Amino acid sequence: VAEHRLAPRTPLGLAEPARDRVGALTVEEHWATAMATLAPRRGRDAEVAAAARDWGVELPGPGRAQWSGGRGAMWLGPALWLMEAPLADSPDLAAELAARFGDAAAITEQTDAWARFDLAGPDLPRLLERLSMLDLATAGPGFASRTVVEHIGCLIQCRAAGRVSLLCGRSFAASLHHAVLTAARTVAGAAG
Amino acid sequence: MTGSLRLAGGLIDRSRTLRFRFDGRSFAGHPGDTLASALLASGVRLMGRSFKYHRPRGPLSAGSDEPNALVELRRGARREPNTRATVAELYDGLEAQSQNRWPSLRLDLLAVNDLLSPFLTAGFYYKTFMWPRGFWERLYEPAIRRAAGLGRLSGEADPDPCDKGFLHADLLVIGAGPAGLMAARTAARAGARVVLADEDFLPGGRLNAETHEVGGMPGAAWAAATAAELAAIPNLRLLTRTTVFGCFDHGIFGAVERVADHLPAPPPGQPRQTLWRIYARRAVLCAGATERMIAFPANDRPGILLAGALRGYANRWAVAAGRRVALFANNADALRTLGDLEAKGVEIVAVADARRGEHVVATRGRHGLSGVTLRDAAGRMRDIGCDALAVSGGWNPNLQLALHHRGRPVWDDAIAAFVPGPDLPPGLTVAGAAAGHFSTHAALAGGAAAAAAALADLGRRVAAADIPQAEDAPADLRPLWQVPGVKGRAWIDPQNDVTVKDVVLAHQEGFRAVEHLKRYTTLGMATDQGKAGNVLGLAVMAELTGRSIPETGTTAFRPPYTPVAIAALAGRAVGPEFRPVRRTPSHAFAAERGAVFVEAGLWLRAQWLPQPGETHWRQSVDREVLATRNGVGICDVTTLGKIDVQGADAAAFLDRIYANTMSTLPVGRCRYGLMLREDGIVFDDGTVARLGDAAYVVTTTTANAVAVLRHMEFCRQCLWPDLDVHLVSTTEAWAQFSVAGPKARLLLARVVDQDISDARLPYMGCAAVTVCGGLRARIFRISFSGELAFEIAVPARYGDAMIRELVAQGGDLGAVVYGTEALGVMRIEKGHVAGNEINGQSTALNMGLGRMVSARKDAIGAVLSRRAGLQREDGLRLVGVRPVDPAQPLVAGSHFLAPGKAAVAANDEGWLTSVAHSPQLGHMIGLGYLRNGAARCGERLRAANPVGGTEVEVEVVALPFIDPEGDRLRG
Repeated sequence: VAEHRLAPRTPLGLAEPARDRVGALTVEEHWATAMATLAPRRGRDAEVAAAARDWGVELPGPGRAQWSGGRGAMWLGPALWLMEAPLADSPDLAAELAARFGDAAAITEQTDAWARFDLAGPDLPRLLERLSMLDLATAGPGFASRTVVEHIGCLIQCRAAGRVSLLCGRSFAASLHHAVLTAARTVAGAAG
Repeated sequence: MTGSLRLAGGLIDRSRTLRFRFDGRSFAGHPGDTLASALLASGVRLMGRSFKYHRPRGPLSAGSDEPNALVELRRGARREPNTRATVAELYDGLEAQSQNRWPSLRLDLLAVNDLLSPFLTAGFYYKTFMWPRGFWERLYEPAIRRAAGLGRLSGEADPDPCDKGFLHADLLVIGAGPAGLMAARTAARAGARVVLADEDFLPGGRLNAETHEVGGMPGAAWAAATAAELAAIPNLRLLTRTTVFGCFDHGIFGAVERVADHLPAPPPGQPRQTLWRIYARRAVLCAGATERMIAFPANDRPGILLAGALRGYANRWAVAAGRRVALFANNADALRTLGDLEAKGVEIVAVADARRGEHVVATRGRHGLSGVTLRDAAGRMRDIGCDALAVSGGWNPNLQLALHHRGRPVWDDAIAAFVPGPDLPPGLTVAGAAAGHFSTHAALAGGAAAAAAALADLGRRVAAADIPQAEDAPADLRPLWQVPGVKGRAWIDPQNDVTVKDVVLAHQEGFRAVEHLKRYTTLGMATDQGKAGNVLGLAVMAELTGRSIPETGTTAFRPPYTPVAIAALAGRAVGPEFRPVRRTPSHAFAAERGAVFVEAGLWLRAQWLPQPGETHWRQSVDREVLATRNGVGICDVTTLGKIDVQGADAAAFLDRIYANTMSTLPVGRCRYGLMLREDGIVFDDGTVARLGDAAYVVTTTTANAVAVLRHMEFCRQCLWPDLDVHLVSTTEAWAQFSVAGPKARLLLARVVDQDISDARLPYMGCAAVTVCGGLRARIFRISFSGELAFEIAVPARYGDAMIRELVAQGGDLGAVVYGTEALGVMRIEKGHVAGNEINGQSTALNMGLGRMVSARKDAIGAVLSRRAGLQREDGLRLVGVRPVDPAQPLVAGSHFLAPGKAAVAANDEGWLTSVAHSPQLGHMIGLGYLRNGAARCGERLRAANPVGGTEVEVEVVALPFIDPEGDRLRG
């Protein structure tokens, strides 16, 4: 990792990720994952799928995400995936993938394009039903989709039972964070 | 009438007493009471005044169909008008006031309208108040609005939030009466995901109001036991106090849950109401039925109630609506009222059974009923003293939701009512009384069967439901709409004061179609949406026209089923949270420096950053402009759209998207580009940077970032799917700053690790570099200000540190941070077009950029931009404008007029699009579209603003205003 003199800020503008606990729900800002989109060039799908497999991830179908060994891929659209890896291992994921996939795929930097909030807790379905129109109570791990939360375009990724990542454009972070905490307080209040 | 009218029994909790106030007087009630039941128990019958005639009114019903007992609930900002006392759940400290009366409910001077009723017939205001013409808006309408009307809004902001949410179900059951409970139980026991919603706070529907037994136990006890069982099933969601108000497309239903309306104020963090959008694969409507009135003279006095309501008050709320009760009904079901009341010790003084030709023909009592006149089949009259009259004209199934898709109901002669027809919304069935099956057994069996059928439709096996024993009496009804052979006003729609006479008048004047009848008389337009009177009104119209009721038809049923507050629809999106906010990477930095922000779409951008001592925005903006032009300025331009374009055919794609040629752009260079719409009008402008053989970055304007990507995706996916091209937005990934001014390179050399000399990074060059000792970055040598300028992009998380670093490193260079206002001044000085010029009506030719539309290739909009009408030599052209007197201001939007010409559209020669004060030149400057503008340099015109009443003499000048040779740019 290059040693430069600039200090990063989280999407909420903090030096360290925000961590909120509301009742039994936790809402954590997450910024330790590198992201890049992967789009197979015309006619190179099989080649790209194989190379992705070599990299450690099976490219999933619509509405799905796949994770293994810290790396992952989420289906974003026809022939378009959002790839992820730990930022510490892949400080320049776009360059890393570009080198691996060569001219077989178009790779685009996305690491700082997204603000990610990890939501966890037993009341998660009650929280999500106030945020997203998707049927997330039955979605289960591996489900991933675009959705809209309080007019903000988001990605939602069900990482494990009771653990969901909600991503929005970085500039929307404060608004989404506010919306999530407001809903969390409603849920916590109703449970209490 | 005073004193307690409480009876024994009931479903109220007598162990607790709740204190409340109505019109300033104190009363007591119990948990389980509604405002109406508690007032009736205290001997209060008079609860409101009617809409038009200010007639004294008491509750007609005991449910959400109530047209009369409307009150203002709560005080101050929480005051809510038009609350139905019959569904307002009692709580300790509740405060209510009557409405639409002056000065008080008992002495309402506006009741003079009642005496004027011969003049206030249907449509009276269409026929009177015709002159003098000007009086309608200023005098008549405000006066009428004050005299008629419902409650008052508080006029203050709602202190309580509303929320929204989304539910998903295999089966939505609407209504938790016997049919709904059985439907929900059947489906939930079979493992289906069920949402059961009921508007009441107590599940059970009519079982709570009647004395029917179910499965050998009191119906209310069976309902309570069943609701308790359902509440414990994890795959069932029981929503009480929740009205499903609309049936929308694709199995989507709207519902409002009154989360905290039964409390003085919502608990902290809790919404007052929640709007649920329910996605249901199947739905069963078990909304029950609404009893209807019979039209007879003065049938609107307090003390005249629907028979079922009277039973409900007695059985559920242990309240006698009167001490001496008479009954007037046309059906056998209503006769149960006698037994129910007698069992509670209430005296029945008379029965008029319309099936035997017995009628109530008159009523008495000023503020409440004191007696009625009965006429027997032989025409003999009898005066009866009584303080309550129970009326039943039969029941109307609550089929509203089943008709929200514009299906038409069918007439069922056996019950003389409309029942759901065959054209129901997909996935919805109707059961129980809502389907016209009025016996308890039919409701229980119908609910279970509907659920089983819905689940079978979804491929689920359902065990045969065990239907508990219940009464199964047939409907025995003889239709009676209006009592024949009587005189006097007989109310049809009590809330809107529509009487039989109004319907007769509508008929006489030709408004015979039901939709005309409704609009002419306001029948069914009140908050009860015609539940009380619609069928009665059209039955009377049918009698007048000689057509049958089904031939007469019904008006269209539309959501909402009961009134929904706008606040519930708005949810959390109110005030500053009306829409989300987008913040730039330098937001915190700018805020620390006291920046004044401006909304640019959802973005908040720094407009200018005042320094101590600056009291006027012009001081800040002038300083920012001059400091940039004389030294170096920094501006956050992250908001500009950035679209990554990659693929073997990326260059070909860009050639088709842009009017000018992009395929010839070498790697490491940028080019200004113009995008046209299909109709040849300019869509957006920006730059294209070629980062690699098959990799480009397109930048868009802030406003069009989303629209341009959407347009490009449409072209890629739909127009040219054969091209190998890939689009991804990277707007948010990079924090991008413009560094502009003669000292820009000097400043950037201190942060960029590589050589950025003119030789390595010439004008319109771009490169991948690192900054501050190794952070990956992109640099573009492009300029909007006309100065030597660069844009530097770093991963967004370093944006905050980057601008701080630039400011720190530029201290000795006089570096300034500038906002969008200074940006605007500098682009006007340079004659660059922006949103005011790219206004959706202007062509490249208008902008003086006609040669950018390449003739050597095709591109979107190129052909239509060559339409003769758009190519006129004397058409609008972008020009520069300055005031002849430098002290004069320019106003954007002013229109150009030749000297001596009148300020009328025919003389219009164009308009000023953008204006600014140029601190460099010391006077205002402007851009504008002027007819034949290219040939009019030096000409003097007037810039007239007839709206503002100003006019300035201006001179047309060449663009740009500053540095016409571009020496600064190439620095």
